[in-house]
Amino acid sequence: MVVRIQDLPRRRYGMPGNAACPGCPEAMGLRYIKMALGDNVVLVIPAGCSSVIQGIWPKSGINFPILNIVFASAASAAAGMKAAFEMMGRDDVHVVVWAGDGGTADIGFQSMSGAAERNDDIIYIVADNEAYMNTGIQRSGLTPYGAWTTTTPLGKKEHKKNLPFIMIAHDVPYVATASVGYPHDFIEKLRKAAKIRGFRYIHLHAPDPVGWRFDPSLTPKVAQLAVKTGMWPLFEYDRGVFRLSPFSKPYKDPSKRTPIIEYLKLQGRFRHIIDKPEEIKKLEEYVDRLWYWIDALEKAFNPSEKARELLSRHA
Amino acid sequence: MSVGKSARGPIVEAPVGFFAAPVSHPAPGAAGKTGTWRDYRPVINEEKCVKCLLCWLYCPEDTILRREDDMVYVDYEYCKGCGICASVCPVNAIEMVPERGGLE
Repeated sequence: MVVRIQDLPRRRYGMPGNAACPGCPEAMGLRYIKMALGDNVVLVIPAGCSSVIQGIWPKSGINFPILNIVFASAASAAAGMKAAFEMMGRDDVHVVVWAGDGGTADIGFQSMSGAAERNDDIIYIVADNEAYMNTGIQRSGLTPYGAWTTTTPLGKKEHKKNLPFIMIAHDVPYVATASVGYPHDFIEKLRKAAKIRGFRYIHLHAPDPVGWRFDPSLTPKVAQLAVKTGMWPLFEYDRGVFRLSPFSKPYKDPSKRTPIIEYLKLQGRFRHIIDKPEEIKKLEEYVDRLWYWIDALEKAFNPSEKARELLSRHA
Repeated sequence: MSVGKSARGPIVEAPVGFFAAPVSHPAPGAAGKTGTWRDYRPVINEEKCVKCLLCWLYCPEDTILRREDDMVYVDYEYCKGCGICASVCPVNAIEMVPERGGLE
């Protein structure tokens, strides 16, 4: 089911006048959730930029009912909320966790892992802007190698944690990666996830003009370059079948990928490694390793009918 | 408090006035008139526009609005002037014009 822009209703999905910075990818992502899932959505938001985007009482700058909760317990709060909705007989409500990368990969990881293990019926979306942007650009587990943050002034020395692969290993029904540069793809994946029951995980890549040090008008372009260079492959794992998304398929062939330098030179956070070929080589090796994983997963999760039946036990 | 039964258990009525915490409601302008943040103003050239709606899709603020015939216009009251609309436009129909400043 392909999403066409013309088919989306004319209504106003976002909430203008919120406190997001100009060019904010999270404000874009929240609009796409509304386009995809409609009004029957409740958000659970741990500490992060999205707690600030809401603005000041009595108004809220996000067009959803929201439960604001502490960093470490977003997924468990959502699981409890879903149980409460079930008790009320409301099966039509989607409980969506909208967390940042710090609230997912580092601080919120235990509660998310627990919710995935229990296969709670929630949608977990990570708005991955690759650092703790709200508190002042500190390094997180999802910051890529070489990136400047205020706590890694010479560039981070570790690679980005491959969270989607960890979630596939949790054996949950649906895991996908998306990007704000490809809204059609994100909306399509959200609609697909909404039809599945159980723990659904979508990792949304969200380039942030403030923390990544680029011009706010380039948010979609940087997001698209991350996909075109192979740094951020778009794929989905749907009940035992692993698929590359159409936008990422050409970049399986390394010769078709845009050189990584095109992606790095737009961002001020990579300024100190741009003229160091040995550092860029490390990022290239990371991309090659990432695609080796994807190749292996594609081969492994292309199962026979019987194996597919076994793997789709959550459905 | 049980008011009925569903397949999964009893249906419970939500308690009224249970939460004393202040609740915010979605409304435009939670951070004030954000149009005042703008340095550059997007101006749409309606002759060049091909109605692809990419600016409408990518605008983070939802300040690009659609008319009945899919022509777009800008809500200058809240537009923050990030320039995403101009950068995604395939036919360069949106120009970023410097603001003149409010106190003239």
